[in-house]
Amino acid sequence: MVELIVIVITAAFLNNVVLSQFLGICSFLGVSNKTDVAVGMGGAVVFVITIASAVASLLYDFILDPLKLGYLDTIVFILVIAALVQLVEMFFKKSVPSLYNALGIYLPLITTNCAVLGVALNNVTAGYNFVQSVLCGFGTAAGYMLAIVMLAGIRERCEGCDYLESFKGVPMVCITAGLMAIAYMGFSGLNI
Amino acid sequence: MNKKFKNPFIDQIWNGIIRENPTFVLVIGMCPVLAVTTTASNALGMGLSSTAVLILSNMMIAAMRKIIPDGVRMPAYIVIVATFVTITDFLMEAYTPDLYKSLGVYIPLIVVNCIILGRAEAYANKNTVGMSAADGLGMGIGFTVALLLISSFREILGAGEWFGNTLYTESAFFAPIGILVKSPGAFFVLAIIIAMKNKWKWNADKKDACTHDCLSCGGCGTDK
Repeated sequence: MVELIVIVITAAFLNNVVLSQFLGICSFLGVSNKTDVAVGMGGAVVFVITIASAVASLLYDFILDPLKLGYLDTIVFILVIAALVQLVEMFFKKSVPSLYNALGIYLPLITTNCAVLGVALNNVTAGYNFVQSVLCGFGTAAGYMLAIVMLAGIRERCEGCDYLESFKGVPMVCITAGLMAIAYMGFSGLNI
Repeated sequence: MNKKFKNPFIDQIWNGIIRENPTFVLVIGMCPVLAVTTTASNALGMGLSSTAVLILSNMMIAAMRKIIPDGVRMPAYIVIVATFVTITDFLMEAYTPDLYKSLGVYIPLIVVNCIILGRAEAYANKNTVGMSAADGLGMGIGFTVALLLISSFREILGAGEWFGNTLYTESAFFAPIGILVKSPGAFFVLAIIIAMKNKWKWNADKKDACTHDCLSCGGCGTDK
């Protein structure tokens, strides 16, 4: 039990997916200008990464590994993730329209979010079983959501500030993210 | 588009290195730019392996552009790119095990690098095999140069080393700025470089660079 909690906390804080592993940077910098948009994106990412790491883990344990096809993991995972995102989107559209309206526009963007593939591949490398993979996926995604919502909050506060013209836009977001990364470095002192 | 060289192949290579440099001008594929630039040798390895994948997948997609039906072209491109990435992954594991270990998960993640899919969609599916290879080579070199520049900056100032060779050690006048080789340093260096780019207006005509809407490659941040 303790070991499982450690996996979630490590994935969410110590190895934060955006601020220390640099996965999913594009959406982190691109869709963080409004807090509610960031919450929507974060929610969609939590949903997709958790399901994708579950599916990828099952596929690896029951199909790829027994057939000695482990070397195909990159190809299989990226296709499965792309198909999965489409399926999730169609399922939402039909059966949970309210959730679809909230997350809908963000779902297709997630296929190319390298965090999804990164987590699936990391789970294989770390040799996690099904439960551990799902929890690691959930922790990673929760860390992503926390980071993007915090960044969006800071960006909203910075909106009216007066700074150098050439720093407008991406450079200022990068500086903000860098300062957040310094704060996250503090987590590496956690002794777990 | 203005031509600088008469030979179209050389002009296309030049285009990738300077006019449409993927990192500094198009600002796409930022994840490896931030993640692997802690040392110059990592950056060179990442740049060269991406270049190899970019050239091969561009050529393969250009060769098959008339066979692949339009409706399933994205999955087809992804499979082609993923195949070449897997091959590169194994070659690196066999011949450069140290580099393979330090790049880790970022080698398989070349699949989702939007430079590769972006060039497939924007260039390779409309042009001949030879021109697509030239485009891949130019973009690859442009990406490698950008990675080398950022990593040299970080490694020299942050660790006092370059390609692992010690250049200077801590002295009374100047000590290595340790934060630059840690994760926050990547963001700071990128911020300063893009700010300089904005200052000198080094912006390309982005029309043919990225045909799908910006958010689908994660909104590389250029839409503002």
